[in-house]
Amino acid sequence: MAQATNAVEAKTRSYVTGLRCRLCRAEYPEQPVAICEECFGPLEVEYNYAALAQVISRELIASRPPTMWRYGELLPLSVPPRVGAETGYTPLVPAPRLGAVLGLKNLYIKNDGVCHPTLSFKDRVVAVSLSKACEFGFDTVGCASTGNLANSVAANAARAGLKAYVFIPETLEQAKILGTQIYGARVIAIHGTYDDVNRLCSEIVYNLNWGLVNVNLRPFYSEGSKTVGFEIAEQLGWRAPDAVVVPMAGGSLLTKIHKAFAELQHLGLTPPARPRIFGAQARGCNPIVAAIKEGSEEIRPVKPRTIAHSLAIGDPADGYFAVRAIRESGGWAEDATDEEILEGIRLLAETEGIFTEAAGGVTVAVTKKLAAQRRLSPDETVVLTITGNGLKTTEALTALPPITIAPKIAEVERLLREGM
Amino acid sequence: MSVTVRIPQPLRRFTENRDMIELSARTVGELLEQLGRQYPGITERLCEPDGQLRRFVNIYVDGEDIRFLSGLATELEDGMEVSIIPAIAGGNEHAPSL
Repeated sequence: MAQATNAVEAKTRSYVTGLRCRLCRAEYPEQPVAICEECFGPLEVEYNYAALAQVISRELIASRPPTMWRYGELLPLSVPPRVGAETGYTPLVPAPRLGAVLGLKNLYIKNDGVCHPTLSFKDRVVAVSLSKACEFGFDTVGCASTGNLANSVAANAARAGLKAYVFIPETLEQAKILGTQIYGARVIAIHGTYDDVNRLCSEIVYNLNWGLVNVNLRPFYSEGSKTVGFEIAEQLGWRAPDAVVVPMAGGSLLTKIHKAFAELQHLGLTPPARPRIFGAQARGCNPIVAAIKEGSEEIRPVKPRTIAHSLAIGDPADGYFAVRAIRESGGWAEDATDEEILEGIRLLAETEGIFTEAAGGVTVAVTKKLAAQRRLSPDETVVLTITGNGLKTTEALTALPPITIAPKIAEVERLLREGM
Repeated sequence: MSVTVRIPQPLRRFTENRDMIELSARTVGELLEQLGRQYPGITERLCEPDGQLRRFVNIYVDGEDIRFLSGLATELEDGMEVSIIPAIAGGNEHAPSL
């Protein structure tokens, strides 16, 4: 009962003071708006950290149920979550066998491929944004998605009794389309890339009274990603790792993991050491990596060509901020070819028993490069963030036909003699 | 060249709430200048003091991002449609304001 009481207490008070423009610092009240009217800069949720610091403690957090809401004070809800109350607190798995291959002795996998309910880290951002949509009184929600977000919006909207419209690029994997339609969401495919989908959603949001999670609800949505960082630190015994490797699509997850470690340190929940943040992209869609390598802050958009569909955002919305976070933390960014991505998927599966999607293959492949480049040292604590599940993107891989035999002992013995 | 400009909602307070405007211009840069002259207040929202487009303003000519064309020097032809669209980003206040 104590746990339940604490969980409720955590969410009956909001520490949000409003929204503020990242660029011109203009202030706005809490509302479903993502863009500053003065300069078009992005709006960010602001908290009263002084008041928050009086309340939050390791003990309080540890006393709560193992979900992302144990960090409720650092999330932008005013009332207990209406959506995704069970989401988060995914395993942080020691990965010694993968570490042995990569030459990293203290390697961990943060496995959001088993996030509840749709097996990707998007369940975290959707839990926050759809709960917020309910607070704002929306009865229809939606998103622009490369797949995982579509699945999560559809599932969580179904459970919350919200009507959902999901906009996707036409080239999406079948499993991700099925995994959206099954929940009763209306799926609309757009001729073009994710960037075309995103542009369309940026326009229609003004014509419809909908809560589009990564458009007008984006300031709230993106805050949900912080919980990946909070959990990593808590699961390591309340300390930040030395380095984190994060896949980048729009770049938001990376910036929010960076913010999460900064918040924990500021609130005295972890010692004053911040991890170096490393970004991972596919070679066929690497605008953020290119900016890092060129020493530039300008993101030049590209036309994506990669099997990592969930990372195929050619004009990354948070690219500029991701570049800054990587640099400020002392990290770096690398990319991986399609071949290296597939090898990365197999390597993680064969060494640690975790089947990830192409985005995870990117992260593994990039970690391998960073270790080879000595940007990661053998004795450091390194966390690899795996954000999605391989069972959704089996089209990226080809299954070998299994050897088929008669149901006879002699047949099995023959196969083993032949060296299977 | 006569082109149609689509005005995003956050800028319509400067255009008497009009969402489509017909203008005549040879390049995107010239088009923005004309738009600013005709509707005071718009230029400051779209451009930095040095005339460059603000970081979170995207412009499309017939659906193509001008960063894949020639930027503000992109040439316009009769009947083209130009869209001004605020980019959606999440922001990153990495350290709490202390």
